[in-house]
Amino acid sequence: MTRPTPETLAHSVRRARNAAEGAGDADHTRAATPAAPAVRPAPAQVSGAGSLVRSLEALGVDVVFGIPGGAILPAYDPLYDSTVRHILVRHEQGAGHAATGYAQATGRVGVCIATSGPGATNLVTPIADAYMDSVPLVAITGQVARPAIGTDAFQEADIQGITLPITKHNFLVQDAAEIPRVLAEAFHLASTGRPGPVLVDIPKDVLQAPTTFAWPPVLDLPGYRPTLHPHGKQIREAARLMSSARRPVLYVGGGVLKAGATEGLRRLAELTGIPVVTTLMALGAFPDSHRQHLGMPGMHGTVAAVYGLQKADLIVALGARFDDRVTGKLDSFAPEAAVVHADIDPAEIGKNRHADVPIVGDARHVIDELLTAVTAEQAAGSGADLTDWWAQLDDLRERYPLGYEEPADGTLSPQYVIKRLGKIAGPDAIYVAGVGQHQMWASQFISYEKPQTWLNSGGLGTMGYAVPAAMGAKVGRPDVVVWAIDGDGCFQMTNQELATCALEGIPVKIAVINNGNLGMVRQWQTLFYGERYSNTDLGTHKHRIPDFVKLAEALGCVGLRCETAEDVDKTIEAAMSINDAPVVIDFVVGKDAMVWPMVAAGTSNDEIMFARGVRPAFDEDEL
Amino acid sequence: MTMHTLSVLVENKPGVLARVSGLFSRRGFNIDSLAVGETENPDVSRITIVVNAESSPLEQVTKQLNKLVNVLKIVELDPSTSVARELLLVKVRADRNARAQVLETVNLFRARVVDVAADTLTIEATGTPDKLDALLRDLEPFGIKEMVQSGLVAIGRGSRAITAGPALRAA
Repeated sequence: MTRPTPETLAHSVRRARNAAEGAGDADHTRAATPAAPAVRPAPAQVSGAGSLVRSLEALGVDVVFGIPGGAILPAYDPLYDSTVRHILVRHEQGAGHAATGYAQATGRVGVCIATSGPGATNLVTPIADAYMDSVPLVAITGQVARPAIGTDAFQEADIQGITLPITKHNFLVQDAAEIPRVLAEAFHLASTGRPGPVLVDIPKDVLQAPTTFAWPPVLDLPGYRPTLHPHGKQIREAARLMSSARRPVLYVGGGVLKAGATEGLRRLAELTGIPVVTTLMALGAFPDSHRQHLGMPGMHGTVAAVYGLQKADLIVALGARFDDRVTGKLDSFAPEAAVVHADIDPAEIGKNRHADVPIVGDARHVIDELLTAVTAEQAAGSGADLTDWWAQLDDLRERYPLGYEEPADGTLSPQYVIKRLGKIAGPDAIYVAGVGQHQMWASQFISYEKPQTWLNSGGLGTMGYAVPAAMGAKVGRPDVVVWAIDGDGCFQMTNQELATCALEGIPVKIAVINNGNLGMVRQWQTLFYGERYSNTDLGTHKHRIPDFVKLAEALGCVGLRCETAEDVDKTIEAAMSINDAPVVIDFVVGKDAMVWPMVAAGTSNDEIMFARGVRPAFDEDEL
Repeated sequence: MTMHTLSVLVENKPGVLARVSGLFSRRGFNIDSLAVGETENPDVSRITIVVNAESSPLEQVTKQLNKLVNVLKIVELDPSTSVARELLLVKVRADRNARAQVLETVNLFRARVVDVAADTLTIEATGTPDKLDALLRDLEPFGIKEMVQSGLVAIGRGSRAITAGPALRAA
């Protein structure tokens, strides 16, 4: 019996996918069917579990993150002999975020595996996280045997029902013969169109049933036809507006990174001279050091980026979704702007903000076609003078740069630590943040120059994302330095995965920005709740519980501590020199530092505060 | 707010109705009526949904529905160019004295008696929601013991079929 090599089959799926893009939208489903290899191997007699593992191999999966358990156990037997590397995590949430980190860092589909019931429900948070951030993720769960479904059997949970609202699609496999097709469909759905998580739930008796494995399967997705190529008329209209607007802004979202459109974006920006803002999900899509980059917009964005959008007469949104953190109070967002909204998901267009020029398409195709259309406009002699616009923006950049004040109480400044980390690790490293103040400071004080170097939980805001996501990123890109920048609150949610990293040889580096508190919540208590600090002190300062250095050592990592500004560089350098074990640095920082600028939740972007009590002075008359 | 009738063609697979109805509640829409059944193609089911919404949120829900992988096609049926019907079964109190009057109402509305008991008649009627409302109003004085109503089903007028098209043939 000849066994198909994963390389050839993965290649055939990839080739089919490329063919599908090239073939246009009309025939998408048929073209997406994996092309038959020259010599089709004879179907092999296997169990459902064997078919599952063979399918993963055929799809080119090199690594999966998971934990075995009763219902998924049959799958772990063929996995034992497989070319697919299984990384045994400590909690299923870790498996999910690791798969997400892997996907975000590589652009490939991340895979996680869990058993039925609690194993599957522990995946709910990372699945929801991947859904909000459009991450290509395939989650495979065991289910109780078919006759037991619906009987409240041991470790039974209706994970298909539970994940309906947080997956792009999900499957309950009813017949072992379907396994190759369902897996191929799951990977196709997860990775094409607007990417997203797909769950495949497989009952134990289906995994045990004898079946045949034949590859490639024929995909059966008649209702799935993502539109990749934009409408030419809309592109021309967008190009016309871009060439005539006086105060245009390119509002760039994560879709540009997912489409691999960063090079085209740079050319489009330089061709038009239009200022660029990149959202939290798009950091690295446009070099932070580029003269035309105004920074990140939104609640903690730069004054220039927030003002730029707010006063624009044209916003060109590329793969962005007008999230509430970006728009502030929606009614008062960018009142004078016409909107060109390009997204691969038609449902995003006009969802929050009316689009004057809606464009449905993949960001790469959209940008390429805009380049052609804008070039034609320019050849015909059109093009607005942006000198005044740039003068206003440059003035704001100069007067209101990102910055921070050294803490008055002599404690270590968290912003300083993060800034130095970015300088020392440099633009080639991957930075993975948790959620909170440290995440915002990491977005502000590290310079992102390249795509796929900034990973975070943007949409769902999942505390605990950083450590497992960094683990997944390091597995996907072992040659790159991966730093997790985490808070002491976040770190205590998922640090058990450091045991996985230590045992599996995944030398991630963790900077715990330890201010002893749930810092962002505390900041809101300072600003909006009269400094009543209800339940935000974690005791990590007062009692040093846990002691992060000892905890790191207990988990098989190197533990370092840094409490003064003088020690920051040498501690980071010490961590950089260790490549055979995970490293944790406990940066003991002050608790009173705040994230600025800030647009308070629910208020207008016009109300942006540069620092506490300081509103930027906008020269309204010039407009 | 206006009533909109959506014909949603979906793959005939388990769980699809839950995906569709779940999406409505999740996005904050109330379904006024819902009817599901097979079409001329056994692989395709047709869900008719009546929803009360402004046109711009309706567009959003239609786009979200279109994203469901099992949804093949969505068509909004304009009342002026489509035929819409509901089915009503109603058990009316009709003793010896009232029976003749009830039967007269039944005939007037071109409804049918489908079951007879000593003191009740069970009546079947189809029609537009307005017609069935009128029938119920007329039967009310006799005493309605029990009633059940189907969701609205609707189909476009003329020779064109919404079930034609490449996606649906592939299904």
